[in-house]
Parts: sequence; C-alpha cells; structure tokens
Amino acid sequence: MALVEIQNLHKSFGSNHVLRGIDFTVEQGEVVCVIGPSGSGKSTLLRCVNLLEVPQEGQVFVRGEDITDRDCHLDSARQQIGMVFQQFNLFPHLSVLDNCTVAQTTVLKRSKAEAEQIARDTLDRVGLSDKVTAYPMQLSGGQQQRVAIARALSMDPALMLFDEPTSALDPELVGDVLTVMRKLALDGMTMLVVTHEMAFAREVADRVVFMDGGVIVEQGPPAEVIGNPKEDRTRTFLRRVLDPTHVEPTP
Amino acid sequence: MSSDNETRPAASADDRPGAIKAVPVRHPGRWVAIAIIAVLVAMLVHLLLTNKAFDWDFVFQAMNQQPVINGFLKGTLLVTVLSMVVGVVGGVILAVMRLSDNPILSGVAWVFTWFFRAIPRYILLFTMGTLGILFKDIGGLNIGVPFDWKIIEWLGLSGDWRFLNLDPNQIFTGMIAGVIGLGLSEAAYMAEIARAGILSVDKGQAEAAQALGMSSGKVMRRVVLPQAMRVIVPPTGNETIAMLKDTSLLLAVPVLGELFYQLQSIGSTYYKTFPIAVAATLYYLAATSVLMVGQYFLERHFGRGFGTQAPRAARPAGAGGA
Repeated sequence: MALVEIQNLHKSFGSNHVLRGIDFTVEQGEVVCVIGPSGSGKSTLLRCVNLLEVPQEGQVFVRGEDITDRDCHLDSARQQIGMVFQQFNLFPHLSVLDNCTVAQTTVLKRSKAEAEQIARDTLDRVGLSDKVTAYPMQLSGGQQQRVAIARALSMDPALMLFDEPTSALDPELVGDVLTVMRKLALDGMTMLVVTHEMAFAREVADRVVFMDGGVIVEQGPPAEVIGNPKEDRTRTFLRRVLDPTHVEPTP
Repeated sequence: MSSDNETRPAASADDRPGAIKAVPVRHPGRWVAIAIIAVLVAMLVHLLLTNKAFDWDFVFQAMNQQPVINGFLKGTLLVTVLSMVVGVVGGVILAVMRLSDNPILSGVAWVFTWFFRAIPRYILLFTMGTLGILFKDIGGLNIGVPFDWKIIEWLGLSGDWRFLNLDPNQIFTGMIAGVIGLGLSEAAYMAEIARAGILSVDKGQAEAAQALGMSSGKVMRRVVLPQAMRVIVPPTGNETIAMLKDTSLLLAVPVLGELFYQLQSIGSTYYKTFPIAVAATLYYLAATSVLMVGQYFLERHFGRGFGTQAPRAARPAGAGGA
C-alpha cells in the first residue's frame, strides 16, 4: 500500500482552477521532488496532502485512510505528516526547545522530560544542539529552517512535506538546510519536496514530478525528467531554471 | 578636516590625527523652554503650598476615613479587577466567536458588541439597578429547564423543574449589578481589541500548529493567543485605567460604598467641596500609577522572543523623547 495516494484531485480558489485532476502516489521510503513554474499548483498539491487546503474534488489517502472523508480524524492523520514551510513558521513566543516540545506534550501526551529528550535528540540531528534556549528570532534563516525540521521530526512522522524550504533563505545558508534534508533522505525518511533546487532534486530524489498548469506533465527518475525530458513544457522550464540568462529566440 | 593627511587612515600611532576640537551642538530653544517650564512649575508648587483652599489637612483626613478607604478598596479596586476579569474573558470568547466560521456564533458576537457598545455606561449601570422589576411577578430569578411549565402541562405532570431561585433584589443592586454592567460593557470593547490581536498573528502560525496535529482549541490557546497578547495587552492597560475611573459611575446603580460618593458625603457635611475633589484626584492618580507598573511587566512577559521590549520605564505617552 502506498503511503500517500491521491486520486483525481481538483482545487480552485474562486475562479482560479489551480489543480486540475492530480493522480499521484508516494511509496514508503521514497523521496519525491515536485518541480514546476510558479503558479503551477505544486505548493497547493503539497498543502492538500495534510489538508491545509481542502480540495473540492478527489481523495487523499494516507496509509489507506481517506483524510478527505468528513468522518476521518484529521488531527491524528496530521500527526503522521511533518511539514516544513517556506517561511519557517516557528512559534516566536517559544524557545527553540519549546517549539519542538509543545506539540509532543499537547498532542502526543508525552511527558515533559521525554519530549525534551526527543527534542534535544532531533535538534542534535539538525546540528543545533547548542541553540535549545534561544528564541527563533535570534537565529539565522538557515538555523530557523533547521529548527522547523527538528520540530516536525520530533513528532516521529511517517512522511515529511517540504514546501520550498530554501526559497526564503540567503544563498549561503541554503547548503546547511539541504545537507540536513539529504541526511534525512539517506536515513530512509519518506519525503515529498517542492523545490527549485534542481541539483538537490537530481541527486537526492528517487522520482521527480514536473507540474504545469495544475496537472502533472511528466514524472520519472531524475536522470530522465531533468536529464532528458520528454515534454516540451519540461524542457522550456528547465532551460529557464538552469540558465536564467538564456534569452529565447523570438519566433 | 583641513589637510589631506588627516582624512587618510593612520598607518601608525604617530600618524594619528589630533583630537577633534568638538563643540556640542547648541540648543538655545531648549534652554528657553526649560526656563518657561521652570517658572510654571514654581508657580504650581507655590499655589499648591500656599493656597488655603487646598486645606491639605482636611484632604488627608478625608482620605483616611474608613468608609473612604473601603470605598477605594472595594468600590474602586475590587470592582475594577472583577469587571476586567469579566470583560477580558468575555471579550476573548466573543472575539473567537466573531472570527469563527459558524455564522450563528459570529452573528451573536456581533449583536452583543453592537448592543453593549451602544449604551452609555452610566445608563447601563442605572438600568442594571432597575432590572429586578422584570422578575417581580414571577417569584424571583429562577434557574432550571426553560419553559418548564409548558412542558409539564403538556406531559400532564405537576410541580416545577427549577433548581435555583435567586433573589433579584440581591443580584440587581449594589456591587454585583455594577460588576455585571461594567463587565458586559467592557467585554464588548475587549472583543474588538482581542479580535485585532488574533488577526495580527500570521496565518502561518496556525497552519504550522495544525500541521503538527493540534486541535483548533489547542492552536488558539498554545500558539495564537499567546502571540495575540502582545498586541492585546497595551490597549487592555488603557481599558483597565478607563475602568478604574468608570467605577465612579457605580453611583448610578446605586452603589453607596463607592469612593467618590463617600468622599462627597464627607465634603457636603463639612461644606468643603474642593478638598474632596483633590482627595479623589490623589486616590485615582495613585491607583493609575500602580496599574501602569503592572502593565510594564505584562508587556515584557508577552514580548518574549520578539526582540522588542516594553519601554524601559512605565511612563505616560508623550512624556518621553527630547
């Protein structure tokens, strides 16, 4: 059984039809990178996986359970899915340690001591064990994003969603975050990553999905989708991303 | 900097340019202002100390009377605290209702706010004191199953389904009526303040908390409200100070134990009106100052993690700056 299975997903914001029928699965242990031009619906797709956006049509199954079903206990489904946001969204009124323990103690009902131990371990995994007492705003963007990853990992998720995790970072801080994500992928975490980092996708992903205009245009191993794309739209997009200074000849 | 040599970075200690002969910027306007203010302050001090109308002995004697002290402790401080508790708790609940997706909840909150903001507090308090008349003919204020007599008649039973009978003459008089009136009115204002605070928290915060599996109640309590407090506390401090002063409206209920009523009754006994006004002023000044210190600590607490701190000293707006 696939960890995530999406069937015929449609989502519109007003008259703007963002997702136009997505069928898509993520297997256990798989790392899937979603690429595509802005406005193609990648982030919306990701946000539908834990129902931060509610689709108008279609179903999302997590471990075989239909989370779009009204009877589904959404909060417990979300506990299995960690999410990392473009803007980090750390809780600024809580210390780094408390950011990583608040959901453990209130949602998973872990004891304070156990939650803190787990938080310290995950913070150690992202290389920030010396920042436990700091507040998020005292950290650099790269450090904040790594705390956000640790916060999600503290909940022992089966799946991690990354919504353009490096897009809000200064270029020299991107590497730290990607290193953590690469390590996570090697540890066997199932990951669904919306990204513009083609080098990362090519190196780490088991599968790359190219989206445009609310549909999946092409998907497959990174060597094929990024290295040797079949579709015109994929080729145009990759040319723009990989060589931004390239000027297309006007017909 | 006259010569080229001086502007270049010094290569060694010997090459350093000499100390700059700095002349402080002159502020003649400030000195004029200071002189004028000093004269005005001197005049004020002179007035306070020499004018017989102040009658300071009488002022302090009046302030020291037991009914006046009781009026301050119960009528002013206690009513302020209780009304603000009703107001803040009610206001936060109303704000959450108002922002809810449920149109009924949000409509009820809107109507509440509309109603209680529309009525002047003095008239609201006066009305609270007269509400007992509604329950005069039905044997008091009963709490139990609504429309129980109809249901009992319909089922062919007898008796009643009421658990608690309150005496309206105890509820709608005195301090209880005052606290209910001031509290409900305050809740309507606090609802708008709390709503602004909740809306000031970035949507990503609630999303991050939801993504961690928190229920909507936990999202509100653990993530959104603590951050909203940073925005809610300063205007709430304002509201508390306004409430402290509005306790003088308790006379409309009437609450005879209230501070100003007690002072006035002393004043009219001895035909001394002005010293009584001074005594009341001193009491309110003292209480307000204490509240401002409390506000400073609250702001510091809820400003944690935001890198911004409350102003270093609690001071009235406009007193800072040069």
